[in-house]
Amino acid sequence: MTPVPDLFPALPEIFLALAAMALLMVGVFQRHDATRMVATLSVLALAVTGGLVLFVEGDATVVTFNGLFVVDGFATFMKLLVLLGSALAIIMSLDFIEREHMARFEYPVLIVLATLGMLMMVSANDLIALYMGLELQSLALYVMAAFRRDTLRSSEAGLKYFVLGALSSGMLLYGASMVYGFTGATGFADLAAQLTAADGASIGLVVGIVFVAAGVAFKISAVPFHMWTPDVYEGAPTPVTAFFAVAPKIAAIAMFVRLLVGPFGELVAQWQQIIIVASILSMALGAFAAIAQNNIKRLMAYSSIGHIGYALVGLAAGTDAGVRGVMVYMAIYLAMNVGTFACILCMRVNGRMVEGIEDLSGLSRTNPMMAVALAIFMFSMAGIPPLAGFFGKLYVFMAAVDAGLYTLAVIGVVTSVVSAFYYLRIVKLMYFDDALEPFDRPIGRGMGVILVGTGLFTLFFFVAPASLVGAASRAAATLFAG
Amino acid sequence: MLEIGLSHYLTVAAVLFTLGIFGIFLNRKNVIIILMSVELMLLAVNINLVAFSTTLNDMVGQVFAMFVLTVAAAEAAIGLAILVVYFRNRGTIEVEDINLMKG
Repeated sequence: MTPVPDLFPALPEIFLALAAMALLMVGVFQRHDATRMVATLSVLALAVTGGLVLFVEGDATVVTFNGLFVVDGFATFMKLLVLLGSALAIIMSLDFIEREHMARFEYPVLIVLATLGMLMMVSANDLIALYMGLELQSLALYVMAAFRRDTLRSSEAGLKYFVLGALSSGMLLYGASMVYGFTGATGFADLAAQLTAADGASIGLVVGIVFVAAGVAFKISAVPFHMWTPDVYEGAPTPVTAFFAVAPKIAAIAMFVRLLVGPFGELVAQWQQIIIVASILSMALGAFAAIAQNNIKRLMAYSSIGHIGYALVGLAAGTDAGVRGVMVYMAIYLAMNVGTFACILCMRVNGRMVEGIEDLSGLSRTNPMMAVALAIFMFSMAGIPPLAGFFGKLYVFMAAVDAGLYTLAVIGVVTSVVSAFYYLRIVKLMYFDDALEPFDRPIGRGMGVILVGTGLFTLFFFVAPASLVGAASRAAATLFAG
Repeated sequence: MLEIGLSHYLTVAAVLFTLGIFGIFLNRKNVIIILMSVELMLLAVNINLVAFSTTLNDMVGQVFAMFVLTVAAAEAAIGLAILVVYFRNRGTIEVEDINLMKG
C-alpha cells in the first residue's frame, strides 16, 4: 500500500476545494436567489484559507506529495496577495451583478475555484502540478469572461480569451514535454539538480524553456503575447475585469518567478535575454498604446501590460533583490488596481454603466471624494513620489541597476514618464474640465470601504514601507535558500 | 528496413503542433476549426510525452499524458459551451465576424 502523503502543508488548498463544493451545494439547495449568501460565504472561506496559509507556514521549506507541492515563505506571501485580491473582487462585484441581472450563485463559486487554481500555481513544484493548477484557474476564468451570457460583448470576450488561452496552454505544454524529454525530469528539484550537473543546456532544453516562457507570458499578458488583453478587458463584465487584472496576474507572476529562479536558475544567461526583451516591449507598449484609448477598461488593460513590464524588470535581474522587487510591486499593484476598478465600478449615470474616459470630466465638482481617490491611484500608477507606486518602481529599478542592467532601468524610467501622460490626463479631466452629469449615489458600503482602504494604503505607504518590504525580503530569501 | 526512432515521433509531433498553430491563425472560416486545432496541439504534445517516456524508460511522461487528455476533454467542453453562448448572441460563428472589439 502506498503511504498517505503529508497533507498538512496543503491544508489551505484542501479546505478551499471542499468549501467550493459545499458552496455549490448551498447554492443549488437554496430555494431563493442564493447569490448574496454564497458570496458572503465565499469571502469567509477565502478569509479562513488565508488564516490556514499563515497557520501551515513553518520556518523551513516543506515539500510534500512526492515533490509535487511546496510551501515556503514566497508561496505564503503570494498566496495571501491572491486571496486578498479574490476576496476584494467578490465584494466589489456583488452590487454590480445584482443590478445588471447577472446574479447567479455560480459567480462567487467560480472565483473560489479560480483562486484554488492560483494557489496551486503558486505552490507547484513540478511541471505536472503547475499545468493542473494553471488549467483549473484558466477554465474558471474563461467561463467568467463569458459570464454575461446574454450580451454579445461578454461572450465574444469569453471566446477570444478561450482560444488564445488554449493556444498558450498548448505552447506551455509543448515546452514542458521538451523539458521533460531532454532532462528526464518534471520535478523542479530534479530539474535544478540535472541542470547544475550538466554544463550548459542542450538545444532541445532551450527550445522547451522558450515555449514554457511564451506560454506563461500569455497568461501575464507580456508583449508580444498581449493581444488578447485589451479585448477581453473591454468585453468582460467590469467586476470580472477587476478580478482578471489582479489575482490571476499575481499568481502567474509568482509561478513564473518560481519556475525561472528555481529549476532554471542555472540558465539565467539563457532566459534573461527573453525577459529583458519582453519587459522592454511591455513597458513601451503599455506607455504608448494607452495614450490613444477612450475606453477606461481598455486603458486599464494597456496600463496592466505596462505594469507587468515593470514587474519583469525585477525578474530580469534574477537576484534576491529582484524577486523582492517583484513581490513588493505586485502587492502595491494589487492595492492600486483594486482601488481604480472600485472607481470604475462606480461610473454609473442614471442606472447605466459608462466606460468612456470623457465621462469622468469634472468629477471633482460632482463627486469630490471619488475624484481625490482616483487622483491618488493615477498619481501612484504614474510613479510619482511619495505614493506607493513610486516605491514599487524604485525597488525593481534598484535591483536592475544592482544587477548591471542599466539600459533596462533607463528605458523603464523613460516609459514611466510617457505613461504619466495618460494617467495625468485623467486627473486633468476630473479637475479642470466642465462637469457632466453626476454619477449615481450612493456607491455602497463595501465599495466605500475598499476605496478608502486602498486609497489610504497607496497614500501612506511611504510612512512605513519597511513592514511590507521586510516581509517580501524574507519571503524572497526562502526562494534562494535551497 | 527503416527503424522508427525517437526523432521520427518528435518530427510528427512537431508537424502536428505547427499545423495546430497555423490552424488557429490562418483559418478564416469557422470557430469549430479553431477548437479542432487546439485539440491537435494537445495531441501533438501527447505524442511527444509518450515517445520521450518510452525512450527514457520513465512512467512520468505517460502519467503527464493522461492528465493532458483529461484536461483537454474539460477544455473542449468549456470551449463548446462558450461557442454555443456566442452563437446564440451573434447568430454566426464565422471567424471574420468576431470583430465587435478591435484589437
